[in-house]
Amino acid sequence: MEMNIFQIIWFVLWGVLWAVYFALDGFDLGAGSLLYFLGKDEKERRVVYQAIGPFWDGNEVWLITAGGATFAAFPTAYAVMFSALYTPLLLLLFSLIIRGVAVEYRNKHESQTWRSFWDFLFFLGSLVPALLLGVAFANIFKGVPIDEKGLLQTNLFGLLNPYGLLGGLLFVFCFATHGALWVAFKTPSPFNERAASLAKKTWVVTLILVIVFWAASFVATNLWENYKKVPILAVFPLLAAICYLMVPLFLNKEAYFKAWACSALTIIFFTAWGVAGLFPNILPSSINPAYSLTIFNSSSSPLTLKIMTTVAVIFVPIVLAYTFWAYKTFSYKITEKDIAY
Amino acid sequence: MDVLLASRLQFAAAAMFHFLFVPLTLGLSFLTAIFQTLWLKTGDEDYKRAARFWGKLFLINFGLGVVTGITLEFQFGTNWRFYSQYVGDVFGSLLAIEATLAFFLESTFIAIWWFGWERVNPKVNTLAIWLTAIASNISALWILLANGWMQHPVGYVIRNGRAELESFTAVLTNSFAWWEFLHTVPSAYVLSGFFVLGVSAWHILRKNELSLFKKSFRVAAIWTMIFSLYLIVEGHIHGAEVAEKQPTKLAAMEAHWVTEKGAGWTLFAIPDEENERNLVEFIKVPKVLSLLAFHDPEAEVKGLKEWPKEERPPVALTFWSFRIMVGLGMLFGLLSILAYLKRNQPENSPRLLRALIWNIPLPYIAAQAGWMVAEVGRQPWIVYGLMKTKDAVSPLSSIQVGLSLPAFIIVYGILGIICFWLIAYHAKKGPEPSITFTEKPIKESI
Repeated sequence: MEMNIFQIIWFVLWGVLWAVYFALDGFDLGAGSLLYFLGKDEKERRVVYQAIGPFWDGNEVWLITAGGATFAAFPTAYAVMFSALYTPLLLLLFSLIIRGVAVEYRNKHESQTWRSFWDFLFFLGSLVPALLLGVAFANIFKGVPIDEKGLLQTNLFGLLNPYGLLGGLLFVFCFATHGALWVAFKTPSPFNERAASLAKKTWVVTLILVIVFWAASFVATNLWENYKKVPILAVFPLLAAICYLMVPLFLNKEAYFKAWACSALTIIFFTAWGVAGLFPNILPSSINPAYSLTIFNSSSSPLTLKIMTTVAVIFVPIVLAYTFWAYKTFSYKITEKDIAY
Repeated sequence: MDVLLASRLQFAAAAMFHFLFVPLTLGLSFLTAIFQTLWLKTGDEDYKRAARFWGKLFLINFGLGVVTGITLEFQFGTNWRFYSQYVGDVFGSLLAIEATLAFFLESTFIAIWWFGWERVNPKVNTLAIWLTAIASNISALWILLANGWMQHPVGYVIRNGRAELESFTAVLTNSFAWWEFLHTVPSAYVLSGFFVLGVSAWHILRKNELSLFKKSFRVAAIWTMIFSLYLIVEGHIHGAEVAEKQPTKLAAMEAHWVTEKGAGWTLFAIPDEENERNLVEFIKVPKVLSLLAFHDPEAEVKGLKEWPKEERPPVALTFWSFRIMVGLGMLFGLLSILAYLKRNQPENSPRLLRALIWNIPLPYIAAQAGWMVAEVGRQPWIVYGLMKTKDAVSPLSSIQVGLSLPAFIIVYGILGIICFWLIAYHAKKGPEPSITFTEKPIKESI
């Protein structure tokens, strides 16, 4: 298969889809994992649900699209990655299923037991995906032990290595901060003060984790290699760092939306850092680089990529336009009226 | 446990479970949109409350449809690795396009509709429920283009050791896929129509909210009759399409063993797959199978013996599923005509109303049976004539699938029970009173 420009375009789009997914679903996963910290009683918890209610479903579509795009643009990578990561992927799916049902059903019955039951599943179903996505991406950054047939030479516990777990923790705290900032933005005072003070704490933990993660990446991965070859790529980690450092500035001014937006940009640039470091691999093999799945040996035919590009060029701007409009429509502070739903 | 068998069972469980929720999503979204539009046009509060009531049931059902759909997309990779590798160039893009065109639209506008009830103006809100309905139907089109390709692959060429796309237009205009669309989606409308009729009947019998439920009944009766009768005609043409493109499936649907001209049609039979014959045949009408399948009483219909045993689908399952689907389809035609005739005064026909309540689960059974025919009847092929199911399965360990299959059954089983219980709870509770909220900042209450 010859190399073509569409393979590169789709690698970039693949990275963009994951970046947008993390930046959007990240906040509702984060808010869910902080459920018991943000909402101390029934009514307060209902506010947390309300803060993410109109958004979570649309946000999750970015995951479906990222999965679909992997299938469409890099079918071999999709096939090998998804079957190799069978157990963690199914755990992720079960968590997301249970979580989705929890959000939808929690307020559909008045019983307190009913609500506590779904609250717990919502909490768990938010925490576990954040952790698993972090573990999965850290392992992808590091490379997984796949052989020449694309068979995984390890099990679930092999993926729970120190670097993988570090990635998991980083995602959990990063999303928690992101979620707390969103709740602070969506809720009125004084409710949002608790969210803001939580965000400040998790922000510090995330900062430490990301420094350790970046340092560990020098040892555990080849991600920084591309940065030695093409130094200009360093704008990604640099921008990630700058945006991250601006979060507390806005937080202290109680400009919660701006703080959240900076956090979202941090996630986007951080993902860009990882994906740019990965290029041209999609799933590197830690056994032998020759076994790695790259955009060149795992992509679809030029015709399919061309068609997909046309679809993306026409429809992604439309999707972004109405998503933006929906966010604007629901950007109000939650009132008594809203939690009646 | 055998990885292939377990993977097949797991996919069957995931797909069938998903399709418990899809039909109501496809149809009730439109019915809700119609009620809401009627409210906008007439200003009748009943329609407004009806839209909200049916919409709530729609929403409970929708949630499970969405989350179980994610699993299906990912399962092609997790359990069917060689399938994904071999046909991903054609098949993958259809799924990706489905997500881009339909899922974003659906998920965004359902939120606008439900949460924006008092936030956006009623016209925009009504547009939002229409867009939700249209989006879910667009999604059905793309997934059926994908399934239609598995049933009848077109527009590809074998190159670089896999099936590569040669003509996207051929994939988009695949007649088999379009017949599937024209069959599956209206059958979802029938299911939804009977759902509304059944729930309305329950309340009308109890003289509960009579005016609102009579209006719901009336709209649903017209809707259901149109699509039930349409399906009887379309189902016939669809069968002829199967006869032409998938002769093994047709032979299994009819438990037809020996190739013959002027083949007869059997109402019931007990297929004996071991000895390649039917143990019992009950009511055999001469020449009718040839007539139904090829519109010619003398046409030749290929029998199962034409193919080696390993290229035949399971006969009994396909045969019985087909009969259940068709039999129920006929019943729906009859029932929908009765409902239509009584649409203005349904409260005077308590027996019909009771029948409609008991009928609620039957369209679900018909839909599941229909998919059995489509998917089991396609075996042993995962892509008809191109790739066998046994060559598609991922190299997983039996422990992995041995754990995930029961996990699916348990989790899905529990969620399914909760979902249907919740739908029944809200369906019986009836519509909410019309409330106008007072704007009050939240801090006063927290």
